[in-house]
Amino acid sequence: MASHAAHHDAHHEGSYLTPKGGFLTTVIDWATTVDHKKIGVMYLFAILFMFFIGGLAAIALRTELLEPVRTAVDGTITGQLFAPSDQKSITAGNEIYNRLFTLHGAIMVFMVIVPSVPASLANFLLPILLGAKDVAFPRLNLLSWYVYVVGSMFAVGSIILGGVDTGWTFYTPYSSSWTGNEMGRTVLMVLGAFILGFSSILTGLNFVVTVHKLRAPGMGWFDMPLFVWSIYAAAIIQVLATPVIGITLLLLAFERMFKIGIFDPALGGDPVLFQHFFWFYSHPVVYVMILPGFAIVSELISVHSHKKIFGYRAIAYSSLGIALVSFIVWGHHMFASMSEMASTVFSGLTFLVAIPTAVKVFNWIMTLYKASISLNTPMLYGLMVLFLFTIGGLTGLPLATLSTDLHLHDSYFVVAHFHYVMMGGTIIALVGGLHHWWPKMFGRMYNEPMAMLCGVIVFIGFNVTFFTQFFMGSQGMPRRYASYVDEFQVYHVISTIGSYLLLLGFLGHFFVLAWSLAAGRKAPQNPWGGLTLEWYTSSPPPEHNFHHEPILKHGPYDFDTTVPPGWDPRDYPVPADAKTAASH
Amino acid sequence: MTTLDTHNDESRKPLWARYKYGHHWRSADEEFDACKLGFWLFLTTEVLLFSGIFCAYFIFRTKFPDAWAEGSRLLDWKIGCLNTIVLLVSSYTMAMSIYCMQTDQQRRARLNLLATFIMGGLFVVIKLLFEYVPKWSGWFLFFDPALSHYSDNIAHGKTMLGGLFRYVEGYGGKRPGQFFDYPFASSPNVPMWWSVYYCGTAIHAAHVLIGMTLIARVWWRARKLHYGPTHYTMVEMTGLYWHLVDLVWIFLFPLLYLIH
Repeated sequence: MASHAAHHDAHHEGSYLTPKGGFLTTVIDWATTVDHKKIGVMYLFAILFMFFIGGLAAIALRTELLEPVRTAVDGTITGQLFAPSDQKSITAGNEIYNRLFTLHGAIMVFMVIVPSVPASLANFLLPILLGAKDVAFPRLNLLSWYVYVVGSMFAVGSIILGGVDTGWTFYTPYSSSWTGNEMGRTVLMVLGAFILGFSSILTGLNFVVTVHKLRAPGMGWFDMPLFVWSIYAAAIIQVLATPVIGITLLLLAFERMFKIGIFDPALGGDPVLFQHFFWFYSHPVVYVMILPGFAIVSELISVHSHKKIFGYRAIAYSSLGIALVSFIVWGHHMFASMSEMASTVFSGLTFLVAIPTAVKVFNWIMTLYKASISLNTPMLYGLMVLFLFTIGGLTGLPLATLSTDLHLHDSYFVVAHFHYVMMGGTIIALVGGLHHWWPKMFGRMYNEPMAMLCGVIVFIGFNVTFFTQFFMGSQGMPRRYASYVDEFQVYHVISTIGSYLLLLGFLGHFFVLAWSLAAGRKAPQNPWGGLTLEWYTSSPPPEHNFHHEPILKHGPYDFDTTVPPGWDPRDYPVPADAKTAASH
Repeated sequence: MTTLDTHNDESRKPLWARYKYGHHWRSADEEFDACKLGFWLFLTTEVLLFSGIFCAYFIFRTKFPDAWAEGSRLLDWKIGCLNTIVLLVSSYTMAMSIYCMQTDQQRRARLNLLATFIMGGLFVVIKLLFEYVPKWSGWFLFFDPALSHYSDNIAHGKTMLGGLFRYVEGYGGKRPGQFFDYPFASSPNVPMWWSVYYCGTAIHAAHVLIGMTLIARVWWRARKLHYGPTHYTMVEMTGLYWHLVDLVWIFLFPLLYLIH
């Protein structure tokens, strides 16, 4: 068996990355491709670019907060870019700060985290994990990428024209009140988010149909990898929640363009209606952000523990459970805007979310129990998510409790909470998944010790940045303020230093990965000993994903009974006491 | 010669019989099923999109019942009813065109598509000429039945396009938001009614126009025999879309025109 699997690359079909001709031909080929792998790679780079821009805004914010009075974003480059032309008073400086955090939030939510895993990694992997040649609607997939680019251009255009100061939630009347020349920018930003929503809908729709109709022969619903289950649950939310934000933002744009009253109280409209509409989308979309993160973690934990995942069905069902619960808890974002009765009901419902998420976390921990863990970068990131997401999840409970939320809402406690969930959950999982599938996507191995080092820096930086904010928030530091009382300065300084560490860690990862493309060792077919179908094909995969249509012979996590496909003991050493099937 | 003959046979077949399904499917049936599933999901998103408008309608109806009563009384149910009939008939012709495609009656299929297209256009024209234009400007078509209600206010000297349009004093100005200058509104929230009315009907009308574009494309490709008994995916999807447009109007019509 080993000899058969050892050097399997007898086929010289060329990979999907093989250029089709000269430079121009290759560019046109990529721009018009309907290959899900290429589209996934294009999405990946677009998303990483936007992540960089949003990250820069975050660094600018943290730098500004080094001093209790407003300093940095006034007169510096960002100040020049964002300064209102008329005046440079204190209010003008605060205005700049408002625009910066709106820019950070809007980019990170609409252009990075929502599309991050589904549109990039899942786009690349979903059909391969199902044993298919492509997603159900390849041309629609390409369309969704272009829609993403157009939507991002609207948003970036709005930022270049001067930015928006409404916060990423576009609450009315911030977003509906008319203050001079600002109008065009808000409409641009809102329409940008509206267009990005369509990109999200198209991707979700494509994935749902792909999972239903394109599973390999012999693959039942419970033979699918857990990655697919989570992506499927997230795709359902994308399809069912995003249209609501579509109509909301469209009405908001109409409101600004034609001055009709739907949400603006000055025109007789109802701002609370906007909040209901907005969160009816934006709460479920929190799970569009986190479920794909869970998708990655399930794979990382199981593969690098070389052990069958604990509670497969429980994890699969909990993904659907999260999707279901996500639609009935939106009210917890607006306790202050509702009656006591409604707040109490939403508070109770919110606690339900903890159940399916805890099911996942416990199952992952049980998978680790007595496993032979290969501690490499993907596993490190998997463990980081377990740690960070659990903190994020548990700090959500005091926010769901009405009496404590009364004190904590709109404070840095909330900021820290959702960064632990969104960033500690999704972005950290994305980086882990990127390292896990990097050899498969680009056919190169990255430098393991360097990547581990960067991972450790990110972990320390993350906690220094955001754990401090729990203290600040619980002591009363409100979010979204450019200046603050002196007592908070020490926390803010620590938090800012942490954010610089984070920047260092992520830049390090960028260089390690870029270096691997230039000079990395050629990746073997199966560098980690995984059993899912992507490891049955070469690294990087050929144009049509597989050399032969795969036929399913074992479950995705049967490490104790199955020899990993394409296993060469020289490529990766399985830990001595691993309960994996021995080669014979 | 024989090889040439087989080649010719293949190319003499109509386009629909030569259709090749996507390389990632195992059969044309699988592809068709997947398209249908995907399209139903898309229709779900459309329903959710309109649900925002309906939600706003009900909330403001509860908050401002007077404005809603006054606003809906100013709509003419006869025009709404006419448009409902137009759309219902067009749904029938759309369904017929799918049936004709399935049974390879190409000419009848195209005629039905054309009829659907024309009725879609008729819907938009009726909406514009009998509803939007008079409400914005006060100008009525000379044969508009509503004119009889305003016989006292017709400005007899004022006509346009050689008597095609007549002007009714004090009727126009029912536009949304900042453009609202309707002089005898009794409730200050009547502009809200018009906001919801115009948002709902305009987004619906945009869907009618998109549907007409799809029908025109299907008709154009049907002329070249792209669709037939074994391949009519696009015709069916266009039909589904058109029925959804119809369905949304079926809900808009009573809510806006009939209940006061």
